[in-house]
Amino acid sequence: MSTTTPAAPPAPPRAPKAALFHPTVARLTYRALLGRRRALILFALPTLLVVLAIAVRALANADDSTAGGILGGFALGTMVPLIGVIAGTGAIGPEIDDGSVVYLLAKPVTRPTIIFTKLLVAIGVTVVFSSLPVLLAGYLLNGNSQQMAVGYAVAAAIASVAYSALFLLFGTLTRHAVVFGLVYALVWEALMGTLIPGAKTLSVQQWALAVGQRVAAEGAITSDVGLPTAICLLVGLTVVATWYAGRRLKSLTLTGEE
Amino acid sequence: MTHLSIDHVSRWFGNVVAVNDITMSIGPGVTGLLGPNGAGKSTLINMMGGFLAPSNGTVTLDGATIWRNAGIYRHIGIVPEREAMYDFLTGREFVVANAELHGLGRAEAARALATVEMEYAQDRKISTYSKGMRQRVKMASALVHDPSVLLLDEPFNGMDPRQRMQLMELLRQMGDQGRTVLFSSHILEEVEQLASHIEVVVAGRHAASGDFRKIRRLMTDRPHRYLIRSDNDRALAGALIADPSTAGIEVDLAEGALRVQAVDFGRFTELLPRVAREHGIRLLTVSPSDESLESVFSYLVAA
Repeated sequence: MSTTTPAAPPAPPRAPKAALFHPTVARLTYRALLGRRRALILFALPTLLVVLAIAVRALANADDSTAGGILGGFALGTMVPLIGVIAGTGAIGPEIDDGSVVYLLAKPVTRPTIIFTKLLVAIGVTVVFSSLPVLLAGYLLNGNSQQMAVGYAVAAAIASVAYSALFLLFGTLTRHAVVFGLVYALVWEALMGTLIPGAKTLSVQQWALAVGQRVAAEGAITSDVGLPTAICLLVGLTVVATWYAGRRLKSLTLTGEE
Repeated sequence: MTHLSIDHVSRWFGNVVAVNDITMSIGPGVTGLLGPNGAGKSTLINMMGGFLAPSNGTVTLDGATIWRNAGIYRHIGIVPEREAMYDFLTGREFVVANAELHGLGRAEAARALATVEMEYAQDRKISTYSKGMRQRVKMASALVHDPSVLLLDEPFNGMDPRQRMQLMELLRQMGDQGRTVLFSSHILEEVEQLASHIEVVVAGRHAASGDFRKIRRLMTDRPHRYLIRSDNDRALAGALIADPSTAGIEVDLAEGALRVQAVDFGRFTELLPRVAREHGIRLLTVSPSDESLESVFSYLVAA
């Protein structure tokens, strides 16, 4: 084997650059997210939504309430949180599970930078796979009557940010992040959120709908949470979850195989 | 930055003590971290690599604390034991990504791939690589920033003899160039072939440190036990016990064999065939009964 000559004496260790985004971390995360089998769900759910919209439009006279049912019930209630689970947990969980995260951690890149970059990728993927299909389905259903398509698409985008942060945190907390994410998305958001009034206040879906409500025509989208409360909770959740995920990664220990 | 210092380091997981008050200093050249499985080698390497905080004590590189110090990775290259490594990338993409994370680029990645002679397969997906190829690409990713310290956790596991020889040669060269190369192994022969300096860890404790030959001699000079079968066990037993190199002999009727304890390894190995020849005894079986690495290590700890 050939050899290399060591470089000049290295400089003493210095703090890495404080940029919060690293393009290489983003590229690895993005490719890992879309390269796994579970990424099929990322394509399947939006496709299902669009097909559903086309079918409803073709077979029935899609009115605003039908559009509201599909966009609010299936899209915001089920599809967006599920895509959030896939993208949020998938952005970091598998790397921690299989130990390949060591190649990111053993670099002069700060751990908050790694988390923040992964969050941006998760948000990007969730927005692309949830907000855009919602917009398209909305136009297909009722031609954006009462700004419903735009309102729900904005709500989906807002929810994408909070879900990504929350599920990314799950990915740093537990090996069973997907299970916990699914329980949260399906049991809490989809079931409890619709049945128990108190649970609605603590639902990302309701916070996002409060923003969508503001965008759409009056009465087209409804939320059980006021806009100021919703915005405070959305920002609070996103910031705290991201900060804590950064802390978790900072203290992440690898115990080897002994 | 080449001196790793482990100062009174302990690490426990709940009630289990994985590393118990170890102090060692590792400088330039190749050092072998030797010990049986579960001895605490990976825990030690993880602490040296900044992936585990010591419960007690300090782990430093030229005085700089390693835990939670991302800047230290400019000087340390790590080859982890675990297999997973972004299998969806090609070898080249993987090494380039590692270079970019160090603020370097394609040129450095190409140089590292050339060092490990992996250019021929660099455009294949990592998922198609053999164990040895994976190990070499891991090496390339650890060398991409030309680190002064290289940490390798069980690097020879699962490699075939040729791959093993190549990697040993590469590590030897890295050590000759003045880098601090530390690798862990539970196989005595691997360490013997590569490292002149060894640190032995047994059950979380630092059992021995220093020149390999001295420690090997200590291992060789310990009392050895043999199971011997011959066509005249009693005559052989009488002849062997007369020599001071033999401390005890038991006639094991159930096994139909002699159990011999030798205290002078060199002299006994010369004595046995000579005595057999002189007395016209035919040796049927001569097998060491305590040559497991664990028993060798246990002796070292007791010594």
